[in-house]
Amino acid sequence: MTPRILAAGDQALTVELSCEVDEAVNARVIALARSLADDPIPGVEETVPTYRSLLVLYDPGAVRGAALGPALLARLETLDVRPGAARLWRVPVEYGGETGLDLEEMARMKEMSPDELIALHGSAEYRVHMIGFAPGFTYLGGLPERLHTPRRATPRQVVAASSIGIGGKQASVNSVAGPSGWRFLGRTPLVPFDPAREEPFLFRAGDRIRFHPVTSAEAARLDAALARGETPVTPEVAA
Amino acid sequence: MSALLKIRRASPMLTVQDRGRRGLLHAGVSGSGPMDPPAFALANALVGNGPEAAGLEYAGFGGTFEVTAPVRIAVTGGEAQLSRDGAALAPWESHELAPGQVLGVGALKDAVWGYLAVSGGIETPPVLGARATHLRTGLGGHEGRALREGDDLPLGETAIGPCLRLRSPLPRGTGPIRVVPGPQDEFFDEAAWAAFAGGSFTVSATRDRMATALEGQEIRAAKGHDIVSDGTPLGSVQVPGSGRPIVLMAERQTTGGYPKIATVASADLPRLAQTPSGGALSFTRVSREEAEEAALAARRALARAIDTLAPKGSLQLSSEYLLSVNLIDGVVGPEAAEP
Repeated sequence: MTPRILAAGDQALTVELSCEVDEAVNARVIALARSLADDPIPGVEETVPTYRSLLVLYDPGAVRGAALGPALLARLETLDVRPGAARLWRVPVEYGGETGLDLEEMARMKEMSPDELIALHGSAEYRVHMIGFAPGFTYLGGLPERLHTPRRATPRQVVAASSIGIGGKQASVNSVAGPSGWRFLGRTPLVPFDPAREEPFLFRAGDRIRFHPVTSAEAARLDAALARGETPVTPEVAA
Repeated sequence: MSALLKIRRASPMLTVQDRGRRGLLHAGVSGSGPMDPPAFALANALVGNGPEAAGLEYAGFGGTFEVTAPVRIAVTGGEAQLSRDGAALAPWESHELAPGQVLGVGALKDAVWGYLAVSGGIETPPVLGARATHLRTGLGGHEGRALREGDDLPLGETAIGPCLRLRSPLPRGTGPIRVVPGPQDEFFDEAAWAAFAGGSFTVSATRDRMATALEGQEIRAAKGHDIVSDGTPLGSVQVPGSGRPIVLMAERQTTGGYPKIATVASADLPRLAQTPSGGALSFTRVSREEAEEAALAARRALARAIDTLAPKGSLQLSSEYLLSVNLIDGVVGPEAAEP
């Protein structure tokens, strides 16, 4: 579809590229956000890349929405979308256990063994489509179709931070504890959000993620290393 | 050792707030900050603080407070009941508070959110660039939570200065709350728009710093109530499947999957935030340009209110007031004043 400018009040507008989840669209959204960070349009204060659109916050004292919209569409025309520069993270997952609340039930629903389900979840390369909802919450695309699962009828009141989830066609690395109706397979020792860390947010939109299973003993070793302030996992491809 | 603000009794929704976080929406962190930014800014200005200083926000009633060094304090937001050692004080002006005196911040009569500013500002450690408390994720403020009896908050260096008052109340606006259609206005047909912009709503009791829920006629989205999640600006009016609109406020989620029929004009958002639960609201559509003009006018009105704060007591008569009065009658006579 043709990109559209949608009004979002008197201090924001939305550049909408699609109504659907689409990797190519998401790459353009992220590229537009990066372009505005590298070469700012005066008056633009902040952007929020999402699956399919970019929310652009502006100061009406510096630029009017009527002028900003066309400037953003013009920027899209000359956008340089470079694939392959994204960081790749190998994310260790302790499947099952206390946080993998839905692993057994999901395996039954999918008529496979828990090990088969884990292998399938770990076989895909996921893409961070956006960070949103809560601080550092990672929305992933790339979930294998057999793992698409509707949300639970009744949300749980508290799901632990660092839980590995599935909601519909989407996958997640949760960041903070909170209520959720998603299904959870396990947890990662990685900490997606730590406000005290120099880089509070581990992942950013456009990153790629591969999950791999680790034993409880290995997860405990990683927990301890992280608690000592070590960084045992770094992205394999630099941005 | 720095001066302390000691919390003797606390309302359940008493939090440290500053102007809020900026630049982290892309990481899922909404700004937080005050629900009524102009009232918060005036509280700071009344005690001689800069706009970046942190103060306290409360809902309904505030609590009781003491300090360990002499300060100026001010309470804004609405018609707040305020006392020092039991003697009533006026809101919307600053007062001295000495160690040993007890400041009582009682109920707001006509508003929801009140602000207590203390000279020097509250100096809890900034988190991600701000002191604002984000309750839902436990960020910022004092241990990321609402304040409780027994909490001690560090205060910054207190500037010496006179107690100040407003020359005239901050204009709040009246009539329907202005909204700019979009970003998903086309999900709603004419009937839905008639119900939204033509109807009357009341503010639900299920309201907090994240969102204000509204009750009234149901709004149906002709194109459905699920969208692929996108960004949620301040003041966006989400319409979930229940058909009951929800206005997203300071502590909102940064992205959401419900269509947003409209966005409240930023000039009218503080008024919406301050409408008591059960209070009536209606909406009117305006263009983005009108809302932008209103935002800039509100900004100018606040700057003017801050620029013209007057010292209490000695300079009760402002120059504006003096110029408005005919002081030379009786010297030259009224006829001579005619051109």
